[in-house]
This record gives sequence, C-alpha cells and structure tokens, in this order.
Amino acid sequence: MAYSKNLIDHYENPRNVGSLDKDSNEVGTGLVGAPACGDVMKLQIKVSDSGIIEDAKFKTFGCGSAIASSSLITEWVKGKSVDEAHSIKNTEIANHLALPPVKIHCSVLAEDAIKAAIADYKEKNKK
Amino acid sequence: MIKNIYFDYQATTPVDPRVIDKMLPYFGEIYGNPHSRNHSYGWEAEEAVEIARENVANIINANPKEIIFTSGATESNNLAIKGLAEFYGDKKNHIITCVTEHKCVLESCRFLSEKKNFDVTYLPVKADGLIDLKELEKAITPKTLLVSIMGVHNEIGVIQPLKEIGEICKEKEVFFHTDCAQAVGKILLDVNLMNIDLMSISGHKMYGPKGVGALYVRRKPRVRISAMMSGGGQERGMRSGTLSPALCVGLGEACRIYSTEMDAENKKLMKLKNLLLNGIRSQCDEIYLNGSEDQRVPGNLNLSFAYIEGESLMMGIKNLAVSSGSACTSASLEPSYVLKALGVQEELAHTSLRIGLGRFTTEDDVNKAVDKIVSEVKRLRALSPLWEMAQDGVDLTKINWAAH
Repeated sequence: MAYSKNLIDHYENPRNVGSLDKDSNEVGTGLVGAPACGDVMKLQIKVSDSGIIEDAKFKTFGCGSAIASSSLITEWVKGKSVDEAHSIKNTEIANHLALPPVKIHCSVLAEDAIKAAIADYKEKNKK
Repeated sequence: MIKNIYFDYQATTPVDPRVIDKMLPYFGEIYGNPHSRNHSYGWEAEEAVEIARENVANIINANPKEIIFTSGATESNNLAIKGLAEFYGDKKNHIITCVTEHKCVLESCRFLSEKKNFDVTYLPVKADGLIDLKELEKAITPKTLLVSIMGVHNEIGVIQPLKEIGEICKEKEVFFHTDCAQAVGKILLDVNLMNIDLMSISGHKMYGPKGVGALYVRRKPRVRISAMMSGGGQERGMRSGTLSPALCVGLGEACRIYSTEMDAENKKLMKLKNLLLNGIRSQCDEIYLNGSEDQRVPGNLNLSFAYIEGESLMMGIKNLAVSSGSACTSASLEPSYVLKALGVQEELAHTSLRIGLGRFTTEDDVNKAVDKIVSEVKRLRALSPLWEMAQDGVDLTKINWAAH
C-alpha cells in the first residue's frame, strides 16, 4: 500500500506512545476495537481542573493506518478542551493522513477512542 | 543505503540465470513456430520443445507424451478439473477437494457446482494443515469422479500425504488430481508411485519464467479431458494454441536443474530456516508457526507474532519483501481463509507473516532479517495495548470487546 508522507511519519515516529494512570480521576481511558477485527486502540487523556486536556497517550494493535490515526489524534487533542476534542471528526484525520478508502475505518476507530476516553473521564467525575 | 531483500519465494521466483541463457536463442534466432512441419525453422523449434517436455516428464517420472504445456498452473488446474468434468460428468458428478486449496481450484469447483450440476465436498484440514485420510475415504461415493488435493501449500508450506491419497483413489477408482505448483522441485514426486492421474505444474514457482506451466495427464490407464480452448488441436488435442519455445524451454530447464539439485537445495534451505526461526524465537516470545512443522517444505515459514498486527509489521520491515495473512493486507479485510481453516484464532491470523526462503537467499540475508524482525516486533509490542495487558496478566479472552 502506498501511504502518504504524513501517515508514514506517524507510523515510524508515533507521538505520545504510552500509558497514564487509569485509576486517577484526572484520566479518562478509552479502549475500542477487538483483536478479532485486527484493530484495538487504547487512548488515554489527562484533563486539568479547567477542563483542558493536558496530556494524551495511546497504544494500538493494528495496521499502519490505525497506528497513525491514533498517534495523530493524541497530538490534536492536547491543549484542547474536552468539548473541542469531542468534536474532532474522523474525516479530518482521514484527510490529514490521506487514508485510502479501505482504511477509513481506522480513523473512525480513532474518533470512537477519543469519545470513549472522554466518556470514561466524565463518568469518573460525575458530580 | 538499505538494500531490499526478497523473502517472498512462494509468490514468485526470479528466473535462474541458467534458465535465461537457455531461453534466449528462442526469441530472435530460433524463432520458428514449433508446429510448422515444412521447414527447419519449425523443426528446430519443435526439437527444443520436445526436449523441454522430456525434462518436465523426468522430474515426475512421467512419459513425455503425458505432458502438455499450458500458460501456468491456473490454466492447468482449470483444464484438469473442468476438462475431466466435461468428459465424464454425465456419469459421475461428485468432486472432493479441500478448504485450503488455491483459489483457482476452489473457483473451478464452485463453477461446476453452480453451473454444471456437480456436488462438491470441501474436506476440512486438521490444525497442522493436513487432510484426514479417514475423512477422505468416508467422503467418496459411487458418484465421485475426482479428488483434487494440492501437493505443497502455497501459504503454509505443508506437504499433503500424496502417496496415501493416491492409494485410496486407486482403490475406489476415482481420478486423483494434484496441484503441484509449489511442490515440483521441492519434494520427490512420482506419478506412478503416487497413483496420480493429473498434475498441475507452474514455471514461475521454480525459477522458471512466468506465463508457462504444464499439465500431466495419465495415459495408462488413459485419462480423458475435454479441451477448453478450441483451435488447431495442439498438445494432443487437449490444448490448442501455438507453444512458445522460449517459455517451454524455460520450464524444461528449470525442471532439469531441480532433477540434480533438489536435495542440496533443500539441505541449504533447512539450515537457513533454522537460523531464521531460532534467531527470532531466541529473542522474542509467543511466536507461533502456522501449519505442521515436520510435514513442511523448508523454504516456507508462516509465523504469527502475537499482539502485533501483520501489516504494521510488514511496514516496519519494509526492506524485507514478505507477505501476510492479515486482513488489512487482503482487499476484502477478511483474514486468510487458510489460517482460518487451520483453526488459528482470528487475532493470531491478523498477526501472521509468510517468510519465504529460496535458491538465492544467503545467510547474511537471514541474519539481517532476524535483526530487523526482532527489533520491529519489540517496537510494535511496546506500542500494543494487547501486549501491555498480557504482560499485566490480563486474560484477553475474557474481555468484552466493543467490536465495530
């Protein structure tokens, strides 16, 4: 598959690989996908008191497009508010990486992952 | 500057320089039509084709009269299965094949079942990729015309028990066809010892040119097939069309080389295979070989690397040319039907790589491959949530995944 420069860059030099403390109340964890499908993304965000995402980390089991999509989204959400992060669309990811049509679902999974992480954070911090 | 190294010998092979040398005169110098009966241009071309035919026959212990040249194993498979069905089909209309056969065999059988009123039984395979001989015997009925089982598998390299299958077929009076595209030159083949009635051969899998193959058709007792291509009646009426002397000579020479070099080549490949497998396994855990370890040709290593996905691994080892059984690399997003038939769990099927060793692979190539594969496996496992969970002792089979 002939991938775009951006995609290859994120695959070879993924940003924000790692884990945050999933038990902390500042951290939201999203785990989406399934090994049987060949795609699993774990995305974690650390949110400040003012609702800004201070840090984000990811780990992905999946093809080059999946790794690149999740790497990209962790880069994008840092510094954004939770609501702004929630409104990131998979199409923006797909365009930036120039994902081939057969790989669009990887960007969808990345969008699902951030939404899941946000939902987990909100669930933990229900007042 | 990183050189690309070829590790996909099951997909195709380079033409051996000795084969190229033998082929070249037949493009510009000896260019006659081998079927031209009236002049030396034709006679010279014909002579070369007949020598090639003999070389092909010798490697499988057949008579040259039993070899017809085709455009490749796909055509040979189609001709064998559909041609046999067309000739004998009104009396016997049941075929037995196997779920792991090559697509051209499966599709030919499907065509017969959908359009020609044939019944087809697709035998399952055991976890090692081999068929169960008892299941084969049970499946044969008075209506069974043909059993078609490949000699060596293209994806997993396992060797089917051809002699035993041939015995069963002979006893039950059923024709036995075997797709030996990946087997010729790799294992000993003897059409008489193994009671084979039809055999498909492929040039480009054995250091011969692409675009040529052969079909062995038994003469004693005579096996009849209907031709698929109508025309001048070449190849004893079974396959019309002008033969390319260059291509035939290429296939013949590739076979001739193997008739003296097969054992030495297999020894070398076994050594390289062990170097590769042990090199990877000594540095990484949870590497699984797909398919039988001992009923297997040495040049095929189909490995699953748990917790990392095949396409991402292939991208990481981009200067090593391999192929993968992962869904991402097939256009349909379905993981390999072959690995599925072995019972390999889907998540492991997504992690598989087929590494092929061949005539021109060196020890240096293998050492470079081990280093590259090991370093990428470690890098991708550090990236993988599944590896992380496994290291933490989480039982991945117990998780409720939110499948999409």
